[in-house]
Amino acid sequence: MIYKKIYLVVLILSVSTVIKAQQTPAVKQSKSVLILNATAHLGNGEIIENSAIGFVDGKITLVADARVIRLAAGAYDVTIDASGKHVYPGFIAPNSTLGLVEIDAIKSSDDEDEIGAMNPNVRSIIAYTADSKVIETVRPNGILMAQITPRGGVISGSSSIVQLDAWHWKDAIIKENDGIHINFPSTFKRSGSWFEPGSIEANKDYSKQILELSAFLSNAKSYLGASSKERNLVLESTKGLFDGSQTLFVNANEEKQIIDAVQFAKENGIKKMVIVGGYEAYKTAELLQKNNIGVLLRRVHEMPENDDDDIDLPYKSAKLLTDKGVLVGLENSGAHERMNTRNLPFLAGTCAAYGLDKEQALQLITSNTAKILGIDAQCGTLEQGKDATLFISEGDALDMRTNKLTNAFIQGRMISLETHQTKLNDRYKTKYNQK
Amino acid sequence: MKKILLLLFFSFLLPKIYAQEYFPNNESVQNKTTNFTAFTNAKIFVTPTQIIEKGTLLIQNGKVVGAGTNLTIPKNCTTINLEGRSIYPSFIDIYTSFGIEKPKGMSSTERNPLYDTKRVGYYWNESIRSEINAYETFKYDATKAEELLKAGFGVVGTHVPDGIARGSGTLIALNNFERKNQLLSDKITNHFAFTKSATTTQSYPSSLMGMMALLRQLYFDLDWYKKGNSTTKDLSLEALSNNEKLVQIFATEDKLNSLRAAKIGKEFGLNYVLKGNGNEFERIEEIKKTNSKFIIPINFPEAYDVSDPNQANQMELKDLRFWNQAPTNLKILSDNGIVFALTTDKLKKLEDFRTNLLRAIKYGFDKTKALEALTTIPAAILGKSNEIGTLKTGSLANFVVTSGAIFDEKTILYENWVQGNKFVINDLTTKDIRGNYDLTIDNEKYKWKINGEISAPKSEITTVDAKKVNSKLSMTNNWISTVIKPIDSTKTSFTRLIGYIEDTQNLSGKAVLFNGNEVKWSAVKTSAFVKAIDSSKIEKNNAIMPTTFPNVAYGNLKKPTTQTLLFKNATVWTNEKEGILEETDVLVKNGKIAAIGKNIADASATLVDAKGKHITSGIIDEHSHIAISNGVNEGGHNSSAEVTIQDVVNSEDINIYRDLAGGVTTSQLLHGSANPIGGRSAIVKWKWGAPAEEMLYKDQPGFIKFALGENVKQANWGTSNPTRFPQTRMGVEQVFTDYFQRAKEYDLSWKTYNSSNKKGKAPRVDLELQTLAEILNKERFISCHSYVQSEILMLMNVAEKFNFRVNTYTHILEGYKVADKMKEHGVGASTFSDWWAYKFEVNDAIPFNGPIMHNAGIVVAYNSDDAEMSRRLNQEAAKAVKYGNISEEDAWKFVTLNPAKLLHIDDKVGSVKVGKDADIVLWNANPLSIYAKVEKTLIEGVVYYDVQKDEAQRVAIAKERNELIGQLLQEKNKGMTTQEPKKREKKEDHCDTLEE
Repeated sequence: MIYKKIYLVVLILSVSTVIKAQQTPAVKQSKSVLILNATAHLGNGEIIENSAIGFVDGKITLVADARVIRLAAGAYDVTIDASGKHVYPGFIAPNSTLGLVEIDAIKSSDDEDEIGAMNPNVRSIIAYTADSKVIETVRPNGILMAQITPRGGVISGSSSIVQLDAWHWKDAIIKENDGIHINFPSTFKRSGSWFEPGSIEANKDYSKQILELSAFLSNAKSYLGASSKERNLVLESTKGLFDGSQTLFVNANEEKQIIDAVQFAKENGIKKMVIVGGYEAYKTAELLQKNNIGVLLRRVHEMPENDDDDIDLPYKSAKLLTDKGVLVGLENSGAHERMNTRNLPFLAGTCAAYGLDKEQALQLITSNTAKILGIDAQCGTLEQGKDATLFISEGDALDMRTNKLTNAFIQGRMISLETHQTKLNDRYKTKYNQK
Repeated sequence: MKKILLLLFFSFLLPKIYAQEYFPNNESVQNKTTNFTAFTNAKIFVTPTQIIEKGTLLIQNGKVVGAGTNLTIPKNCTTINLEGRSIYPSFIDIYTSFGIEKPKGMSSTERNPLYDTKRVGYYWNESIRSEINAYETFKYDATKAEELLKAGFGVVGTHVPDGIARGSGTLIALNNFERKNQLLSDKITNHFAFTKSATTTQSYPSSLMGMMALLRQLYFDLDWYKKGNSTTKDLSLEALSNNEKLVQIFATEDKLNSLRAAKIGKEFGLNYVLKGNGNEFERIEEIKKTNSKFIIPINFPEAYDVSDPNQANQMELKDLRFWNQAPTNLKILSDNGIVFALTTDKLKKLEDFRTNLLRAIKYGFDKTKALEALTTIPAAILGKSNEIGTLKTGSLANFVVTSGAIFDEKTILYENWVQGNKFVINDLTTKDIRGNYDLTIDNEKYKWKINGEISAPKSEITTVDAKKVNSKLSMTNNWISTVIKPIDSTKTSFTRLIGYIEDTQNLSGKAVLFNGNEVKWSAVKTSAFVKAIDSSKIEKNNAIMPTTFPNVAYGNLKKPTTQTLLFKNATVWTNEKEGILEETDVLVKNGKIAAIGKNIADASATLVDAKGKHITSGIIDEHSHIAISNGVNEGGHNSSAEVTIQDVVNSEDINIYRDLAGGVTTSQLLHGSANPIGGRSAIVKWKWGAPAEEMLYKDQPGFIKFALGENVKQANWGTSNPTRFPQTRMGVEQVFTDYFQRAKEYDLSWKTYNSSNKKGKAPRVDLELQTLAEILNKERFISCHSYVQSEILMLMNVAEKFNFRVNTYTHILEGYKVADKMKEHGVGASTFSDWWAYKFEVNDAIPFNGPIMHNAGIVVAYNSDDAEMSRRLNQEAAKAVKYGNISEEDAWKFVTLNPAKLLHIDDKVGSVKVGKDADIVLWNANPLSIYAKVEKTLIEGVVYYDVQKDEAQRVAIAKERNELIGQLLQEKNKGMTTQEPKKREKKEDHCDTLEE
C-alpha cells in the first residue's frame, strides 16, 4: 500500500516518468530532479539536515543545504518534497554472487564456482543474470550496486562491478574485471576422509601451498615480462594485478593468514590488495593500516568463531578496525547469501549499535566500499559529479524498523521498487480484502 | 640362592600338570604335586584396608591358602623371603577388549543407506547385537597380556565393543602360563553403548536420540517376547533375556550420556554400571544422583603444544581447562562417595596407566581408594569378591610384589603372580650395588660412583686426582661388567672389568687390561647411594581452575539464584491490553512478576534504574535446533515418532548463553525435517548453568515435528538411487494416512485390552504408534515444517479426516496463499521474516507472508531455525513492521506472546503480567530497533545474562587462558610429551542437518 501512495506522488511530480511493469529497467534520465528537505546522509560521514540534492543526466549536480541555497524557479524539471525523509547514496554489496545463482539447491541454476584451482581467467560478469528475480528484491532495501564475484578454487577468477537495474550484463557494468579473488591457504585443515571426518588440525602443507601460489604468480610475471609466441590465457589474465588496474582480493580470516597474505602480495609485486573476510583482521590492524590495505569484513550477523570469543566480536569488529585507521567495507557472503543481500544495511546498523557512529557505519556500505573497490570517483557518496545512484527512505535506512524506500535512482533513472514479491503481496491482499 | 631359583622354576611347571587332570597328557609323565609356596617377611595387603605387617602369604594350587603372621608352613613348601617387600592383590580391569579383534567397518563403496536388515533370525536393527558372546571370538593375546601384567593387572573383563547392544563379556585371568586356566567366566557382563555397529550400513538410528528410543523399544520388545507373543524366533531378544542376570555395563563415554543411560535404566528398572570418559566431575551432582556405579578411564589429555601463539589461539578454553582439571576427576568422584572402578580403556599406551594414576593421586585422590578402585570394587561389581580382588583365603593367587607402597613414585613392581604363576616385571634378585667405592685395579686406585636405577646402574669413575675416566657399566643376572676407556683419547685400547656380585659392600672380579693381561680388581664401598634430586624435575601441581556451570567459557562459578528486583521507570511492553506503558515500574519477586505500575516500592528489592530503557517479556523461539547432542534428525526411517529431543538437550552449548544475550528465554527444540514424521520436541527455558533436566519446561505440552516437501522426499540428495519411500509429495500424504490409520488401530487394541481389565494377551508396546495415537487423542500437538500451498492443504485434510487439528505450521512460507483455509482449520503459523530462494519450494516465499497471515486472523510467530538468527529475533519482528506495516506492539508479539500461544504456554510466559513467570528482558532501546541491546535477561527471577557480568567474564576468560597457556608452556619445558593444538569444529544445526 505504502508503495502505491508514493508512486502516486511521484507520478504527479514527474508526469513524463512512466512507471512500467516491474523489473523493466528504467529509461535514461531525461528530466532533472531535485530532492528537497530530506536529511541527506552523504556517505562520507557528513549529514545535511535540510538538504537539496539535484541531479541531471544521471550525475549529481547539487548537494546543498536547502535553507541556504537559492534556486531559480524551474531550475529542475521535477521536485520531490522529502521532508522528514532521508536520502542516502546507493548501498554497494561487494563480494556478491547475485545473478550467478538463482536458487541455491538447484545445481542447474548455479554458476558461481568453476572447477580447477587456478582460474584467474574465469570472468563472473558473463554469467551475471541481470534480470534475476533475487536482484529485484534487494533494491527496495537500498542496495543498488554489487561486485559480482566468482567462488571456489585457490584463484577463483575475476569479478566485475555492476548496477542493479539493467537489461543484461553489458548494460549493468560499472567496472569490468575490477579484481581477482583468491582463497588464501588456511593454517588449519580437517583430517580424515570425507565419510569419516577427523578433527581439525594444523595444516602441515600451509607453507607449501603459499609457495605454490607464489610460484604461479611469479610464473605469470615472467610470462608477462617477455613476448611469447604462444599465448597463455591463464597467465595473461593476471596482468592487471601487476600494473595496478586490478585489485587482488584475498580471502583470509586468521591472523597468521593475513600477515602472510600481506607479505605474499608484497613479494609478488601486487599493486593493490584487499582482505576479504578478516575475522581476525583486528589483530593485524596496524599492519593493514600501514600498508593501506582495506578489509571487506565478513558477515556481521554471524556467530563468533570460537566459544571463548567475545559474543559480540563479529558485531564490533568494524569498530575495532576503524579505530585503528583501517578502511572497512562490509560483505555478506555465506549461507543464503543472495537473498540475504537485502539485509546488508542492517549489518551496518549493527556496527553502529556496537561502537561506530551511524554515519561511520553508513560508510561501511557506501564510500568505504567504493574506495576499496576503486569506484569512489564515480559512486559511494552524494557529491557533485558522481553518479546519481541514491534513494529516499522514510526513516533511518540502517534500521529495519525504519528502512522503507519511497524512491530509488540508479544513475539518475528512477527504478522500480516493485518485485514479484510485492506483486504476490498485492494479489493475495486483494484475495483476502486486506488493506 | 640358586636352590630357590631352581625351585621357583619348577613352580612354573607344576600347576600346568595338576590343573587339568582329566586332560590327556602327551608332554611328559604325570607329575602331580600339591606343593605350597610361602612368601615370608612381607607387608601383605589382603584388602586395601586389611594389612599384615611382616606376614606370610601361603598359596597352593593357584589359590590363597592363608595370610598371617603365624601361619604354619607345611613341609612340602617352597619359601620365598621377601625381605620386607609388599604384596598387593593384582588389579582388575572390567572394561577391555583384550583378545578381541576390532570389528571391521564397511568400505566406502558399501555405504549406501540400508533401511531394512539383511540378517535372518535376529532383531530388526543390526546395531542390536546382544547375541554376540565375547568368549566365542576371544583369542588370548599373550603380548598384550604382558603389557597388562607389567601394569599390575591380573584379571580383565573383555567384550566386543561394537554396536548398541553388544552382547556378553567374558572374564579372563592373565595367565600366560596355563591356557586352560585363563577363562574365569564365559559370560559375566552384558554390554551396551551409544554407538552404531561398524558392521552395518543400516540407516537407523542415525542420532543419539534414535539410539535411546531404540533401546527403549528393545526393552519393551524383550518383555513382549518373553511373554511368548512373538510368532517368529529372535536370537537377539533371546540372548538379551538370557543375559539379564549379568552385570549390565553401559559405555557412555560422556558425562551427559551417563545421565541419559541412567535415565533409561531407571525407566526399565536397570542399574547399569556406567563406563564414563573422565569428565564426570563437570556435572558431579547429577552424576551422583544417578546412584550408579562407574568405570572410569584415566586417559588424561596430553599437554597441548602452545608455543605457537597462532595455533594456541585456536584452542578453546574448555579444552585447555579440561587438560588442567582432568587429573582431579578421581578425587572429585571419590569425595562425592561415588563407587567406581578404574579402567585402562582409551589409554594410548599401558605405561601411561601408572603415570596417570600417580598424577591423580598427586591431585588428591586417596591411595587406598585407588587400590579399591582396582581390586575390591571391580570384584564386587562383578560379584566375584570371593575369588578376585583380595588375598583372602580361597581367592585366586593373583598378587603383585613391590618394593614398597604401590602408588609411590619410587616403588618398583617386581612380580605379578596370576593363579600362582610368576610373571617377572623387574628381577627381584637384582642386587643394589649403587654407592661410592674405592676401586683398585692392578694396584691403581680410582674413585667409583655407581648411581642410576637398581636394574640399570650407571658408572662414574674418576682418578684419585679427580680426572674423569670414561666408563660404561652393565649388569645382568648379578654379573657386573664395565668397560673403561683410556684417559688418553688417542688410544683405542680398553680395560674390561667383570665380576659376580656376592657382597654389595665388596665387589671384586677379574680385569682384562688393555694389553690383554688378566688381573684382579676390587671395590670397597665407602658410602651409600644417595639419590640426587633435580629440583627442576620435580613436578609441582598445577593450580587447578575452578569448574564452572557449565564447564565452558562464560560458565557460572556458582549457579545463579532468584532475586527480588525492582525495575524503575521503564517503558514496558506488556503484550496485554494495557499495551506499552511509559515510565512504569516492574517488580520481580519469587520468580514471578509481582507488580507492574507507578511508584512501586519493596524494601527487599534491589533497584534497577530503567529510565529510558525497555522491558519486555523474554523472546520465545518456536523453532530452534541449538543445544542438541549428536543429531537433530533421526532420519533413518520415514517416521521417527519414538524419538524425543528431551533426551538429548545439551546443557553445555555456548549458544544457550548467546541466545540469552539476545533476549531469548524459551525455545522449542525441534527435531529436523529429514522425514515426514519427525521426533518429539523439547520446550526449554535457557537456564544457563543448570543441568538439561532442569531446563525442560515444567509440565510441558507434548509436541512433535512433522515435515513436508523437499527435505522429506529427499529432493536435494543428488542422483543416487532412491530407496526410501516417499520420494514425492504424493507419497508423503500416504505416509501420514498409513501411520495414522495404524495408530488408530493400535490405540483401539490397547483401549480394548485396558477396558477388558487387561485380560488376554497385551498388545505389543510400540513407542512410535503410541506417540501418534497421542495426536489422535489430542494429547500431543504437531508443529509441521511446510512450504508450498498444496502440502499445507494436504496435511490439514489428513488431520481433519482423523478428527484432529494441526497445531502449528512452521516455516509455512506459502501460508499467505492459503491463509483463509488455515484460519478455518485453526492452525497457527511460525514463519521466517524474509527467507527465500534457497531451494525450489521457497521460490514464492515473500516477506509479506507473516503480515498477510496475521491480518487474516492467524496467530503468527517469527522463528529462527538458526543459532545466529535466534539471538536477533527482535530484529526479525521489526521486519513485520517494515514489510507489512504491522504495528510495533503487534510485531513484538510475533516473537513473544504469539509463539507462547502456539506452544500453549501463554498461561505462564509471553507477556509482562502480574503472576506470570518473571522471564523478562531489559533493553537499552526500543527492542525492535537494530540499535537495541540486551542489558539483562531473567528467567523466573534469576538473572542469566547481564551485560556487565559479561564484560567481567571476558576479562576472566582472557586471564584464565593466559594462565593455562603458561602452565602448558611449563609442561613442555619440563619435557612432557605434548600434542598439537586442535581446533573445534563449529557446527550449526538446521532442519535439514543430517548426521554421518
